[in-house]
Amino acid sequence: MSNIHIIETNKLTCSFNGLKAVDNLDVTVDSGEIFGLLGPNGAGKTTTISMLCTILKPTGGYAKVNGYDIVKEAMQVRRSIGIVFQDPSIDDRLTGRENLYMHANLFGVPSSEQKQRIDSILKLVELEDRADDLMRTYSGGMRRRLELGRGLIHYPKVLFLDEPTVGLDPQTRDHIWKYIKELKNTHDITIVLTTHYMDEAERLCDRIGIMDHGKIIALDTPSKLKETLEGDVITVKAAQIDELTALLAEKLGLMQSVIVDGALEITVRGGRAIMPRIMEVAADNKIFIDSILLREPNLEDVFLHYTGRNIRADNTRELHGFAAIQRRKIR
Amino acid sequence: MSQARGLYTLWLREVKRFLRDRTRVISSFVQPILWLVIFGAGFGMHFSIPGINYQQYLFPGIIGQTLLFTSMFMGISVIWDREFGFMKEIMVAPISRFSLFLGKMLGDSSDALIQGIIVLVIGTVLGISVNPMGFLLILPIMLLITFGLVSIGLIIASFMGSLESFGAIQTFINLPIFFLSGALFPVNGPLAQGVPGWMQTASVFNPLTYGVDALRQALLGGSYVALQPLWVNITVICGFDIAMIAVGTWAFTRMK
Repeated sequence: MSNIHIIETNKLTCSFNGLKAVDNLDVTVDSGEIFGLLGPNGAGKTTTISMLCTILKPTGGYAKVNGYDIVKEAMQVRRSIGIVFQDPSIDDRLTGRENLYMHANLFGVPSSEQKQRIDSILKLVELEDRADDLMRTYSGGMRRRLELGRGLIHYPKVLFLDEPTVGLDPQTRDHIWKYIKELKNTHDITIVLTTHYMDEAERLCDRIGIMDHGKIIALDTPSKLKETLEGDVITVKAAQIDELTALLAEKLGLMQSVIVDGALEITVRGGRAIMPRIMEVAADNKIFIDSILLREPNLEDVFLHYTGRNIRADNTRELHGFAAIQRRKIR
Repeated sequence: MSQARGLYTLWLREVKRFLRDRTRVISSFVQPILWLVIFGAGFGMHFSIPGINYQQYLFPGIIGQTLLFTSMFMGISVIWDREFGFMKEIMVAPISRFSLFLGKMLGDSSDALIQGIIVLVIGTVLGISVNPMGFLLILPIMLLITFGLVSIGLIIASFMGSLESFGAIQTFINLPIFFLSGALFPVNGPLAQGVPGWMQTASVFNPLTYGVDALRQALLGGSYVALQPLWVNITVICGFDIAMIAVGTWAFTRMK
């Protein structure tokens, strides 16, 4: 992997009504990698991408994409990038092929190359047999695939994918992941994707920036991020959870614990040996344990570790409103 | 060059969408027939224009009305595109907002022109006699009229949030422009005896007044006593078009 920074931001900031959706962001993306922005809804991922795509003007700092300034050289930036938006952005009254031709024309692909490029894209996303049907007859997954293909027609240097698999069924998600990986292998391209799915980030990304409240709070490869954790995670469910937490801290010295959604999550080395002792403490104190689970750390735990809360936890209400504001603005 | 290609593709899209929407094309047949046959017959009993029968007088007015209503309605496409997300695809494309506005405007104008031609054919089929030379003249006139009107529709829509509010504004703008354009009865000029002064004044500032007058000149020829010479009408319409395209480009530039 080369060390050329295809994307570079410097104190990139965007605020709406005094609230900082993106807060002094400094990040670099290397050429050829799949870079993931991971965070809950409203963390500022879409705002970041919108700025990098020149749809939204930053209120502070600057950023360069493919060497071009996102404000002063917006047209060159636009020619360098492809985007798959979070919400659908196709014309469903046109056929798949027509949508692709329109995109090719809008992005200045030479007419002589259009047919060949579009045919190969349709092949890549396996939509050849449906290409001449109106897009209103497509399923959600098919639309997504076409959008994914569309973003590539003008051979962009960077492809932005904003929540590429949100709202899709597991089978389709798997399919889309396959395409994204294939894209990276067959095209000379850098991919930046946002997601709030841990598994998605883990499976696809070379590096992940964990984003929360407009800031990147951790940035590394998925395996390095996981290494920062102490070890295994034991999840215990019991009725008197607070009591149990206190007892475990006192008797076993298990201080690294958090209560998430009513369950106790303990981060510990050598989880297998600790489990029976937790059962013992509970039994001695007549606390009935509903369930106990041991697992190796995953990105979800990393997120928890850095933010002190679960990525799916219901503390995103105000942030939801925030995301809604910004989405209205973008529209 | 790439701007021209982008512009062409936006134009093509609007026309394709329009032609595929059969209900819209078919419904455009019905309204003018109702106006020409029923309204024309009823109103014509009590109203006469020297030298021509009322249906002949009304016919260019109904073409003008069709252009007006269709053009303004086209603005809805902007709201549609925003609602369904397609606008974002256009907004991130490397084309200028001027090309974006122009492409959409020309596409919608072509659609309005198709509607106008449909009405023209219907009128001829209904047996309304027109000046044969007029057919050559009327197409460019119709197109020029739609440029400005489509632009108004697009400008309003670019400021609007929802489809509902667009409908309300249409009512407040469409009908006054229609009634005060002289499409149904003379609002200005020697035939407008007894029309209140404020209405006469309003019609002077109504772009469609000049459009309808030009359409009548083309279709009725020498038997129609025009309000303005044809070149004056065309000049006013062109001036209006240029102004509206300028405002439209500005409106699209500030659109998020």
